[in-house]
Amino acid sequence: MSELEGVARRAVEAAQDAGAAQAEAYAEEDRSREIRVYEGAVESLSDAGGRGVGVRAFVDGRSGHAYGTDLGDDGLRSLARAAVEAAGIADPDEHGGLAEETGATEVEGLHSPELAGWSTEAKVDLALEIERAARSHAGVSQVEDTVYADGEGEVALASSEGFSAGFSLSSAHAYASAFAGEGADLMTGLGVGMARDPGGLDAAAIGGEAAERALALTGARQPESRRCPVLLDSFVAASFIGFIGSMLSADAVQRGRSLFAGREGDEVADPAFVLSDDGAHREGLASSPFDGEGSPTRRTTLIEGGRLRTYLFDARTARKAGRATTANARRGSYRAQPSVGTSNLLLEPGERSLAELAAEAGEGLLVTDVAGLHSGVNPVSGTFSVGAEGRLIEGGELGRPVREITIASDLVGMLRAVRAVGSEARWVPFGGSVKAPPLLVSEMSVSGS
Amino acid sequence: MTLVEPQLAEHVLARSLARGGDLAELYAEDRSSFSLALDDGRIENPQAGSERGAGLRVVVEDATYFGHVDGLREDDLLSVADSVAGAVRAEAREPAALAAARAAAGHAVRTRPHEVDAARKADLLRAADERARGEGAAVSQARTGYSEGRRLVEVFNSDGVAASDDRTRVRLAAQVVARDGERVETGSDNLGGHGGFELLEGGEETGAKAARRALALLDAVDAPTGRMPVVVGNGFGGVLLHEAVGHGLEADAVQKRASVYEGKLGQSLAPDFVTAYDDGLKANEWGSDGIDDEGTPTRRTTVIENGELTSYLYDLLRARKDAVSSTGNGRRQSFRHLPVPRMTNTYFAPGGAKVDELIEGVERGLYAASFGGGQVEPATGDFVFGVSEGYLIEGGRVTSPVRGATLVGNGLEALAALDGIADDLIIASGFCGKAGQSVAAGVGQPHVRIRELTVGGTA
Repeated sequence: MSELEGVARRAVEAAQDAGAAQAEAYAEEDRSREIRVYEGAVESLSDAGGRGVGVRAFVDGRSGHAYGTDLGDDGLRSLARAAVEAAGIADPDEHGGLAEETGATEVEGLHSPELAGWSTEAKVDLALEIERAARSHAGVSQVEDTVYADGEGEVALASSEGFSAGFSLSSAHAYASAFAGEGADLMTGLGVGMARDPGGLDAAAIGGEAAERALALTGARQPESRRCPVLLDSFVAASFIGFIGSMLSADAVQRGRSLFAGREGDEVADPAFVLSDDGAHREGLASSPFDGEGSPTRRTTLIEGGRLRTYLFDARTARKAGRATTANARRGSYRAQPSVGTSNLLLEPGERSLAELAAEAGEGLLVTDVAGLHSGVNPVSGTFSVGAEGRLIEGGELGRPVREITIASDLVGMLRAVRAVGSEARWVPFGGSVKAPPLLVSEMSVSGS
Repeated sequence: MTLVEPQLAEHVLARSLARGGDLAELYAEDRSSFSLALDDGRIENPQAGSERGAGLRVVVEDATYFGHVDGLREDDLLSVADSVAGAVRAEAREPAALAAARAAAGHAVRTRPHEVDAARKADLLRAADERARGEGAAVSQARTGYSEGRRLVEVFNSDGVAASDDRTRVRLAAQVVARDGERVETGSDNLGGHGGFELLEGGEETGAKAARRALALLDAVDAPTGRMPVVVGNGFGGVLLHEAVGHGLEADAVQKRASVYEGKLGQSLAPDFVTAYDDGLKANEWGSDGIDDEGTPTRRTTVIENGELTSYLYDLLRARKDAVSSTGNGRRQSFRHLPVPRMTNTYFAPGGAKVDELIEGVERGLYAASFGGGQVEPATGDFVFGVSEGYLIEGGRVTSPVRGATLVGNGLEALAALDGIADDLIIASGFCGKAGQSVAAGVGQPHVRIRELTVGGTA
């Protein structure tokens, strides 16, 4: 048992001593680094560590949560009292309580031992190489931001029902934001990469992507309004998929705040659109052996054959629906109570490349960035109108760049209108942890001038 | 309450300058919070939090070395000092002598939220829920949330700054779903400020306002599409100024030539009746503080005066680079984050027009009463806003509610196209995200009219 697991167990005991009938503690310890470089030099270098614990106490069917950073015996005792006291304010919840199904799924490679072998200097060099790669493209006027970050940590969970386990994990990611063009023609582009350690990051690819995205948009203008086929690239597809995933939360559904409420088993998408959630995926940065309340992670098929197969459940929503948990109780950190959320979302790739999809679209729009997704979508009705930029598709080829447009549809309408899914799937840090290929939609409304 | 004794702070700063640096700064913080929600008619998720820690940075020319640690014990602080100093390669120097941290004037707190019985907070949520449901039978769901937070902050730096601030914020938010057959719409509202529980007196009205927004949308028509005049609502309508102008005035973006406002100081960017402020001093406003997170007293900065761009927003580092003084905009989410230039409360000064006059002047346009949120790319000035409460303007009158409207445009163009400002200033509370940090930001304005803007509708 690790020291951290010991902290979690002591916190549970303290909560029981303070009067909790059931208790659970989630402890976390991490060490993180972030390196920002600008114009060939280090702009900032951060190196930090932290640890803390969150305690859930259940008293008479009511639950309360308290978190803190003081892990000494006095600190844990006062935290436990605060959790029990908080529970006293809540109304009883007949579906509340700890998860019945607990355990750990074996997920390989969550923690990369390689990370420890990288010196700060080597990481700085990697960041500088990303910046150089972006600047080396003709037409790039500057690279505003180049960031490398990594973290490694340990998580431990213990409960009064005897569950106690922990795991280690690591991650590294980098991004660069490049500018191309001047004055009114200036546009920006983002390049990203993510892995378990810096060795998994390709500096030339990240810098190159930032440059190419900016260059592809330079000189963009507002086009005329139209209705046309719309091709979403992986970044944009991932943003939409992340939003759809959040709407598949059984909590949103049960509270009447999801467009998918009452639609389990219904046809909600074209059969080409196959979506699953996988909390035990080897590559996914949101993977873990167990979820935020100790249920073993797994793969759950959400949409298949065009039909909505299931929602995502934690223990509470599962009890309420008379179902089993899908191990989707997510916790952002020890400061957050568990709530239903996606882990890694995977959209099954199709057969065709982006260029082939553009050819299929004929006359249309390639969208490479969307803005305002969360303010622009009505979560209950699914209607949306979001800001976008990208390139027109003319005669099956990528044409002139466009900006200051909005694309509008409704989410289920869009999923049903999926004409094809691309073959080039990649991990994208938008919309959570999502592995998405491009997506061709038959028709959307595009507003410009 | 003292978090770090001045002698210890001095010792920590000396250790962090062991291998040199132009500036060393210790930021100590004690955070406590309490929140609860009412959903489906049930009080749930009560949560209490308490954290203590410090962030420490050493600046050497244009490079910043930063570390943070949970805990404020001497060994916590010295270990982070040594770790940060270990990354620096320069000549050691001595920090200035420090006095005890001087308390900022701060903002009045009449009733300390943590001294208020939790049952009263739950009752406030129940009252807001009742008010929401009382607005009409079509209200099908209501969620209300209460949160309070206190941050005790101390800042010490090697130039002799020793300042402290005691910050208390309270907030009440409501989200309502209304349903009529197949039609489902949502509405939200919130109330918040820098001060005590007294700021939420009458806060139950928040539930009613959110419900009225959702209900109005049930009768909404699809939003129009194309370029047209837009009247933007007061209060949260100010998010337009925040996004389309404010972010571009933050000196980090300006100095990296990543802002369309770079090189435009002194230029006339808007009609001469337009004046705008960033004001971290305004009493009890959501984005106000006593000092910023680098120990600089907050103040009111005029960013646009009679149409002319007059100032950028600075923290210490960017001010040093431009040889000006910090405007008190060095803010951070917590001791775990580096300060960067951030807005406090940003708003247009009231003008002489009446809101009715602004509307009357529009033959066909959009009244964007409130936004669900927005986003801007500071380098290009391009912005997008989701209109959460909007109406058609037809023949000089506000007519049908519309749903699904989005405003897209460019900050410089929108500023130049302002053609009227009313006299009804309100400042609303929001959260602003930048560089992975979220801070409390006040956004506000009176009603304003923009001659022409692109509306992306659903029609």
